Amino acid sequence: MGLKFLYPEYEVVRNYDRCISCRACERQCANEAHEYLQNENKIVCDDAKCVNCHRCVSLCPTRALKITASGNTYKSNANWSGKTIDEIYRQAESGGVLLSSMGNPENYPVYFDKILLNASQVTNPSIDPLREPMETRISLGAKPCKIERDENNRIVNNLPPRISISMPVMFSAMSYGSISYNAHESLARAAEELGILYNTGEGGLHEDFYKFGANTIVQVASGRFGVHPAYLNSGAAIEIKMGQGAKPGIGGHLPGTKIIGDVSRARMIPEGSDAISPAPHHDIYSIEDLRQLVYSLKEATNYKKPVIVKIAAVHNVTAIASGIARSGADMIAIDGFRGGTGAAPTRIRDHVGIPVELALAGVDKRLRDEGIRDNVSVIVSGSIRSAADVVKAVALGADCVYIASAALIAMGCHLCRSCHAGRCNWGIATQVPELVKRLNPDLGYKRLVNLMTAWEHEIKEMMGGMGINSIESLKGNRLMLRGIGLNEKELEILGIKHAGE
Amino acid sequence: MKRVYVNEKWCLGCHLCEYYCAFAGFLERGENDMARALKTSKIKPRINIEEKDGVSFAVSCRHCREPLCVKGCITGALSTFDGVITINGDKCVGCYTCILCCPYGAISPSETGAVQKCELCVKTIGGTPACVKGCPNNAIVFEERG
Repeated sequence: MGLKFLYPEYEVVRNYDRCISCRACERQCANEAHEYLQNENKIVCDDAKCVNCHRCVSLCPTRALKITASGNTYKSNANWSGKTIDEIYRQAESGGVLLSSMGNPENYPVYFDKILLNASQVTNPSIDPLREPMETRISLGAKPCKIERDENNRIVNNLPPRISISMPVMFSAMSYGSISYNAHESLARAAEELGILYNTGEGGLHEDFYKFGANTIVQVASGRFGVHPAYLNSGAAIEIKMGQGAKPGIGGHLPGTKIIGDVSRARMIPEGSDAISPAPHHDIYSIEDLRQLVYSLKEATNYKKPVIVKIAAVHNVTAIASGIARSGADMIAIDGFRGGTGAAPTRIRDHVGIPVELALAGVDKRLRDEGIRDNVSVIVSGSIRSAADVVKAVALGADCVYIASAALIAMGCHLCRSCHAGRCNWGIATQVPELVKRLNPDLGYKRLVNLMTAWEHEIKEMMGGMGINSIESLKGNRLMLRGIGLNEKELEILGIKHAGE
Repeated sequence: MKRVYVNEKWCLGCHLCEYYCAFAGFLERGENDMARALKTSKIKPRINIEEKDGVSFAVSCRHCREPLCVKGCITGALSTFDGVITINGDKCVGCYTCILCCPYGAISPSETGAVQKCELCVKTIGGTPACVKGCPNNAIVFEERG
């Protein structure tokens, strides 16, 4: 195609006064950005190959490396940004759809950052979580509205199957295939130790992980990969994935190069074949159809497992959620437009869907207005970044949140957003054996446990400050929230007052 | 007794253990900047990565219960203290018998003429050996295995 118009985005800056030529950077870069010159005992770098994953920066024993923006600029233009121009060059060269990974990075409002929490002063004293009991355990699933009694007037246990977890955070769906065996093992072991759940994603379940069943949510998505009776019965809950926040309205595609060995076995498809999940479930075109799948899965598991229906936050999410709450599902998971992915078309990821904060507030209100809020628990996801986001989500009406990007970051992900290339230097989003081994699950799981333990402490601190000693009392407690810099409409949708009111 | 054990499954072949080992010797002498310490000299670590066909692991002294090197030492420069096999550089005459005896290849010549070997950092940083501390993937561990 003649000239290449793209200039490297990043520059690897090496401080030669500090570089001892140990070659750790060169040996650890799967993109081969570093090169060792034997004769000069010197390491040089090709900036064009750098994806800014920071593997070399983190490993360098003498802190001789840093990565900066290359700073090459086009003539400034408020309309045609450098990024836009580069994307056009890229497409003019390749003729293809642009691909991206992880969550939507564009400059849309983050409503969590425009919501402030309350604290007690003078009346309704605050609580010290280090001195007094503080409850973060939650129970998820449908709640019966009526007390039923038998002929002897004894109360009949009509509680549908539920799951009980130690804190309102779970690990969101990431398939074995999109992430590595070691990343999967880290998540499973951490979930077990923390008393929470992780989610298989649409990749089936590796035989080694059946032992974590009590802490597993097994997913059934449009490709139905890896679904069989033992799989459905192995988990604590089943999730039907209708949509994903990062790519609402489209399916998934795990390239054949990642479908090797165990991955192909877990998915029950031949090695090397692309795993294509269709955009819709071909048997679901209505809430009635969804209801059939919900009950098929319940039938297959003897009505012992709660069923979650996961949808992307889109414009009419409240109506969809209302339908799902009537479909027999026990939980709704709503994934906001900031949610991550291993690969999605850039235009879809960056322009489709709505913020999860608005979707959550809308759904919670609608379900309450319609008197069906107790039919389902609501789980939200799509960039829950900290314990503060968890607390705000719960106060907006969520029963629980899912995290995935935060969990990956805890394991070493540096958000270089190159998962789709399959050469993850941190051993997370790759199936290349020598890269996968870079994530030792003994370390990965511990970091996840640490992160969740830290968040739990912070959640308790924030709850204590508000004078609340149980997460259940915080749920939907919007009086604990105030908006800052939000307009009337936004406040109305979120159902909160403005700061100062 | 705690020893250094290597789990090849997690070894990435990054060779950082060698550099942290070499640097431990400088720390003992009061040089605490790794860049200054290792910038000019070629390192002589007491731990070495062996690698072939995608398999790699670090090799250092096993601190054998019946050490052939100590038996073979003609001057008594090598001896065992609390299970740790140590070298007395003043006594070593550089005959390299120990190098020939060691089945693991864990002893090597040094610049001083005496041999050098891993002494579990007892003479340098103390506590957890430098290679173990520096390993980014827990491939080298310091633990009691009886």
